[in-house]
Amino acid sequence: MNADNKTYARYAEKRAKKSPVLQNCIRAFTVGGAICSVGHALRTLWSAAGLSEDNSGMMASVTLIFAAVLLTGFGRFDEIAKYAGAGTLVPITGFANAVAATAIESRSEGLVAGVGAKLFTVAGPVIVYGVSAGAIYGAVYFVLTKLF
Amino acid sequence: MEYLRAFVVGGALCVVAQILIDKTRLSPARILVAYVVAGVILGGIGVYGPLADFAGGGASTPLTGFGYLIADGTKKAVDAEGAVGIIKGGITAAAGGITAALLLGMLASLVFRSKMK
Repeated sequence: MNADNKTYARYAEKRAKKSPVLQNCIRAFTVGGAICSVGHALRTLWSAAGLSEDNSGMMASVTLIFAAVLLTGFGRFDEIAKYAGAGTLVPITGFANAVAATAIESRSEGLVAGVGAKLFTVAGPVIVYGVSAGAIYGAVYFVLTKLF
Repeated sequence: MEYLRAFVVGGALCVVAQILIDKTRLSPARILVAYVVAGVILGGIGVYGPLADFAGGGASTPLTGFGYLIADGTKKAVDAEGAVGIIKGGITAAAGGITAALLLGMLASLVFRSKMK
Protein backbone atom coordinates (compact mmCIF):
# COMPACT_ATOMS: atom_id res chain seq x y z
CA MET A 1 0.00 0.00 0.00
CA ASN A 2 2.77 2.34 1.06
CA ALA A 3 4.87 1.41 -1.92
CA ASP A 4 1.90 2.00 -4.17
CA ASN A 5 1.38 5.43 -2.72
CA LYS A 6 5.04 6.27 -3.22
CA THR A 7 4.96 5.01 -6.77
CA TYR A 8 1.86 7.04 -7.43
CA ALA A 9 3.37 10.14 -5.80
CA ARG A 10 6.44 9.82 -8.01
CA TYR A 11 4.26 9.28 -11.06
CA ALA A 12 2.08 12.27 -10.22
CA GLU A 13 5.13 14.41 -9.58
CA LYS A 14 6.60 13.46 -12.92
CA ARG A 15 3.36 14.22 -14.70
CA ALA A 16 2.97 17.51 -12.89
CA LYS A 17 6.52 18.59 -13.52
CA LYS A 18 6.36 17.70 -17.19
CA SER A 19 5.35 21.15 -18.29
CA PRO A 20 3.99 23.30 -15.49
CA VAL A 21 5.18 26.37 -17.36
CA LEU A 22 3.26 25.41 -20.48
CA GLN A 23 0.13 24.64 -18.46
CA ASN A 24 0.45 27.91 -16.54
CA CYS A 25 0.86 29.78 -19.82
CA ILE A 26 -2.23 28.20 -21.35
CA ARG A 27 -4.26 29.15 -18.26
CA ALA A 28 -2.84 32.69 -18.20
CA PHE A 29 -3.59 33.05 -21.90
CA THR A 30 -7.20 31.87 -21.72
CA VAL A 31 -8.22 33.69 -18.53
CA GLY A 32 -6.22 36.83 -19.38
CA GLY A 33 -7.58 36.84 -22.92
CA ALA A 34 -11.13 36.39 -21.61
CA ILE A 35 -10.77 39.32 -19.18
CA CYS A 36 -9.44 41.51 -22.00
CA SER A 37 -12.37 40.51 -24.23
CA VAL A 38 -14.71 41.52 -21.40
CA GLY A 39 -12.74 44.79 -21.16
CA HIS A 40 -13.29 45.30 -24.88
CA ALA A 41 -17.02 44.58 -24.55
CA LEU A 42 -17.26 47.07 -21.66
CA ARG A 43 -15.60 49.76 -23.80
CA THR A 44 -18.15 49.10 -26.52
CA LEU A 45 -21.00 49.23 -23.98
CA TRP A 46 -19.84 52.48 -22.36
CA SER A 47 -19.38 54.14 -25.72
CA ALA A 48 -22.88 52.95 -26.75
CA ALA A 49 -24.06 54.67 -23.56
CA GLY A 50 -22.76 57.92 -25.04
CA LEU A 51 -19.28 58.29 -23.53
CA SER A 52 -16.30 59.55 -25.56
CA GLU A 53 -13.64 57.03 -26.61
CA ASP A 54 -11.26 58.08 -23.80
CA ASN A 55 -13.99 57.98 -21.18
CA SER A 56 -15.39 54.62 -22.29
CA GLY A 57 -11.88 53.17 -21.95
CA MET A 58 -11.60 54.67 -18.49
CA MET A 59 -15.03 53.41 -17.43
CA ALA A 60 -14.27 49.93 -18.79
CA SER A 61 -11.25 49.87 -16.45
CA VAL A 62 -13.33 51.23 -13.57
CA THR A 63 -15.95 48.51 -14.14
CA LEU A 64 -13.29 45.79 -14.10
CA ILE A 65 -11.76 47.35 -10.95
CA PHE A 66 -15.21 47.30 -9.31
CA ALA A 67 -15.72 43.63 -10.23
CA ALA A 68 -12.25 42.66 -9.00
CA VAL A 69 -12.71 44.50 -5.67
CA LEU A 70 -16.07 42.74 -5.13
CA LEU A 71 -14.58 39.31 -5.92
CA THR A 72 -11.69 40.10 -3.57
CA GLY A 73 -14.09 41.12 -0.80
CA PHE A 74 -16.09 37.91 -1.14
CA GLY A 75 -12.86 35.90 -1.14
CA ARG A 76 -13.38 34.55 -4.67
CA PHE A 77 -10.57 36.40 -6.45
CA ASP A 78 -7.78 34.25 -4.98
CA GLU A 79 -9.46 31.07 -6.22
CA ILE A 80 -9.50 32.40 -9.78
CA ALA A 81 -5.98 33.84 -9.42
CA LYS A 82 -4.62 30.51 -8.17
CA TYR A 83 -5.79 28.92 -11.41
CA ALA A 84 -5.04 31.79 -13.79
CA GLY A 85 -1.71 33.10 -12.45
CA ALA A 86 -0.65 36.05 -14.57
CA GLY A 87 -4.02 35.85 -16.37
CA THR A 88 -5.66 37.79 -13.55
CA LEU A 89 -2.53 39.66 -12.42
CA VAL A 90 -1.66 41.52 -15.62
CA PRO A 91 -5.11 42.96 -16.44
CA ILE A 92 -6.22 45.94 -14.31
CA THR A 93 -8.01 43.34 -12.13
CA GLY A 94 -4.66 42.34 -10.58
CA PHE A 95 -3.93 45.93 -9.57
CA ALA A 96 -7.42 46.32 -8.07
CA ASN A 97 -7.10 43.01 -6.21
CA ALA A 98 -3.74 44.02 -4.74
CA VAL A 99 -5.21 47.32 -3.48
CA ALA A 100 -8.41 45.81 -2.06
CA ALA A 101 -6.76 42.74 -0.49
CA THR A 102 -4.14 44.77 1.39
CA ALA A 103 -6.79 47.29 2.48
CA ILE A 104 -9.09 44.56 3.85
CA GLU A 105 -6.25 42.69 5.57
CA SER A 106 -4.91 45.81 7.27
CA ARG A 107 -8.30 47.05 8.54
CA SER A 108 -7.47 45.70 12.03
CA GLU A 109 -4.42 47.99 12.15
CA GLY A 110 -6.65 51.05 11.92
CA LEU A 111 -8.08 53.32 9.25
CA VAL A 112 -5.02 55.56 8.92
CA ALA A 113 -1.93 53.47 9.71
CA GLY A 114 -3.70 50.33 8.48
CA VAL A 115 -6.02 50.85 5.51
CA GLY A 116 -4.77 54.29 4.45
CA ALA A 117 -1.10 53.33 4.45
CA LYS A 118 -1.15 49.63 3.46
CA LEU A 119 -3.51 50.31 0.54
CA PHE A 120 -0.40 51.62 -1.20
CA THR A 121 1.74 48.51 -0.66
CA VAL A 122 1.35 47.52 -4.32
CA ALA A 123 -0.48 50.55 -5.72
CA GLY A 124 2.29 52.86 -4.47
CA PRO A 125 5.16 51.36 -6.48
CA VAL A 126 2.96 51.06 -9.58
CA ILE A 127 1.88 54.72 -9.37
CA VAL A 128 5.35 56.02 -8.38
CA TYR A 129 7.18 54.31 -11.24
CA GLY A 130 4.39 54.75 -13.77
CA VAL A 131 4.02 58.47 -13.11
CA SER A 132 7.81 59.00 -12.88
CA ALA A 133 8.41 57.18 -16.16
CA GLY A 134 5.64 59.31 -17.71
CA ALA A 135 7.23 62.55 -16.49
CA ILE A 136 10.68 61.50 -17.75
CA TYR A 137 9.14 60.63 -21.11
CA GLY A 138 7.31 63.99 -21.09
CA ALA A 139 10.57 65.85 -20.47
CA VAL A 140 12.31 63.99 -23.30
CA TYR A 141 9.33 64.57 -25.60
CA PHE A 142 9.26 68.28 -24.69
CA VAL A 143 12.98 68.72 -25.39
CA LEU A 144 12.80 66.84 -28.69
CA THR A 145 9.67 68.51 -30.06
CA LYS A 146 9.65 72.04 -28.60
CA LEU A 147 13.32 72.94 -28.38
CA PHE A 148 14.51 71.64 -31.72
CA MET B 1 -13.08 39.51 -34.98
CA GLU B 2 -12.26 42.52 -32.81
CA TYR B 3 -12.96 40.36 -29.75
CA LEU B 4 -10.56 37.70 -31.05
CA ARG B 5 -7.87 40.38 -31.46
CA ALA B 6 -8.51 41.62 -27.91
CA PHE B 7 -8.37 38.03 -26.60
CA VAL B 8 -5.14 37.07 -28.37
CA VAL B 9 -3.19 40.28 -27.64
CA GLY B 10 -4.39 40.47 -24.02
CA GLY B 11 -3.74 36.76 -23.50
CA ALA B 12 -0.26 37.05 -25.03
CA LEU B 13 0.66 39.90 -22.65
CA CYS B 14 -0.40 37.65 -19.75
CA VAL B 15 1.69 34.75 -21.09
CA VAL B 16 4.82 36.94 -21.14
CA ALA B 17 4.23 37.77 -17.46
CA GLN B 18 3.56 34.09 -16.64
CA ILE B 19 6.88 33.08 -18.21
CA LEU B 20 8.64 35.85 -16.23
CA ILE B 21 7.02 34.59 -12.99
CA ASP B 22 7.88 30.93 -13.66
CA LYS B 23 11.40 31.47 -14.97
CA THR B 24 12.70 34.44 -12.98
CA ARG B 25 10.64 34.28 -9.75
CA LEU B 26 9.83 37.99 -10.08
CA SER B 27 7.25 38.95 -7.45
CA PRO B 28 3.79 40.00 -8.68
CA ALA B 29 4.43 43.58 -7.50
CA ARG B 30 7.60 43.75 -9.61
CA ILE B 31 5.70 42.39 -12.61
CA LEU B 32 3.06 45.11 -12.23
CA VAL B 33 5.71 47.85 -11.93
CA ALA B 34 7.58 46.44 -14.94
CA TYR B 35 4.37 46.34 -16.99
CA VAL B 36 3.41 49.94 -16.22
CA VAL B 37 6.91 51.23 -17.03
CA ALA B 38 7.02 49.06 -20.17
CA GLY B 39 3.69 50.57 -21.21
CA VAL B 40 5.08 54.09 -20.77
CA ILE B 41 8.20 53.25 -22.81
CA LEU B 42 6.30 51.40 -25.56
CA GLY B 43 3.79 54.26 -25.68
CA GLY B 44 6.60 56.81 -25.80
CA ILE B 45 8.41 55.20 -28.72
CA GLY B 46 5.14 54.88 -30.62
CA VAL B 47 4.69 51.11 -30.50
CA TYR B 48 1.74 50.81 -28.12
CA GLY B 49 -0.55 53.27 -29.89
CA PRO B 50 -0.93 51.12 -33.03
CA LEU B 51 -1.30 48.03 -30.80
CA ALA B 52 -4.12 49.78 -28.90
CA ASP B 53 -5.84 50.61 -32.21
CA PHE B 54 -5.47 46.97 -33.29
CA ALA B 55 -6.42 45.17 -30.07
CA GLY B 56 -8.77 47.59 -28.26
CA GLY B 57 -9.51 46.12 -24.84
CA GLY B 58 -6.67 43.62 -25.38
CA ALA B 59 -4.19 46.48 -25.09
CA SER B 60 -6.05 48.80 -22.69
CA THR B 61 -7.00 46.20 -20.05
CA PRO B 62 -3.47 44.89 -19.20
CA LEU B 63 -1.39 47.13 -16.94
CA THR B 64 0.79 48.09 -19.90
CA GLY B 65 -2.33 49.93 -21.11
CA PHE B 66 -2.23 51.95 -17.88
CA GLY B 67 1.37 52.93 -18.72
CA TYR B 68 0.37 53.80 -22.28
CA LEU B 69 -2.44 55.98 -20.92
CA ILE B 70 0.14 57.87 -18.82
CA ALA B 71 2.52 58.33 -21.79
CA ASP B 72 -0.26 59.34 -24.18
CA GLY B 73 -1.75 61.78 -21.65
CA THR B 74 1.66 63.35 -21.02
CA LYS B 75 2.28 63.74 -24.75
CA LYS B 76 -1.10 65.39 -25.34
CA ALA B 77 -0.62 67.72 -22.34
CA VAL B 78 2.85 68.78 -23.56
CA ASP B 79 1.40 69.41 -27.02
CA ALA B 80 -1.39 71.54 -25.59
CA GLU B 81 0.32 73.34 -22.71
CA GLY B 82 4.07 72.95 -23.14
CA ALA B 83 6.38 72.15 -20.24
CA VAL B 84 3.70 72.11 -17.52
CA GLY B 85 2.21 69.11 -19.33
CA ILE B 86 5.25 67.09 -18.22
CA ILE B 87 3.99 67.04 -14.62
CA LYS B 88 0.26 67.27 -15.37
CA GLY B 89 -0.57 64.96 -18.22
CA GLY B 90 0.27 61.51 -16.89
CA ILE B 91 -1.67 61.41 -13.66
CA THR B 92 -4.56 63.32 -15.25
CA ALA B 93 -4.99 60.59 -17.86
CA ALA B 94 -4.72 57.87 -15.22
CA ALA B 95 -6.95 59.67 -12.68
CA GLY B 96 -10.09 57.58 -13.18
CA GLY B 97 -8.39 54.23 -12.68
CA ILE B 98 -6.31 55.42 -9.71
CA THR B 99 -9.26 57.06 -7.94
CA ALA B 100 -11.53 54.05 -8.54
CA ALA B 101 -8.94 51.60 -7.19
CA LEU B 102 -8.17 53.69 -4.08
CA LEU B 103 -11.80 54.58 -3.31
CA LEU B 104 -13.20 51.09 -3.88
CA GLY B 105 -10.28 49.47 -2.01
CA MET B 106 -10.89 51.77 0.95
CA LEU B 107 -14.66 51.10 0.91
CA ALA B 108 -14.01 47.35 0.63
CA SER B 109 -11.98 47.47 3.85
CA LEU B 110 -15.03 48.93 5.62
CA VAL B 111 -17.53 46.47 4.16
CA PHE B 112 -15.60 43.18 4.07
CA ARG B 113 -13.78 41.37 6.86
CA SER B 114 -10.43 39.68 6.40
CA LYS B 115 -10.48 35.89 6.24
CA MET B 116 -6.83 35.70 7.26
CA LYS B 117 -7.54 35.64 11.04
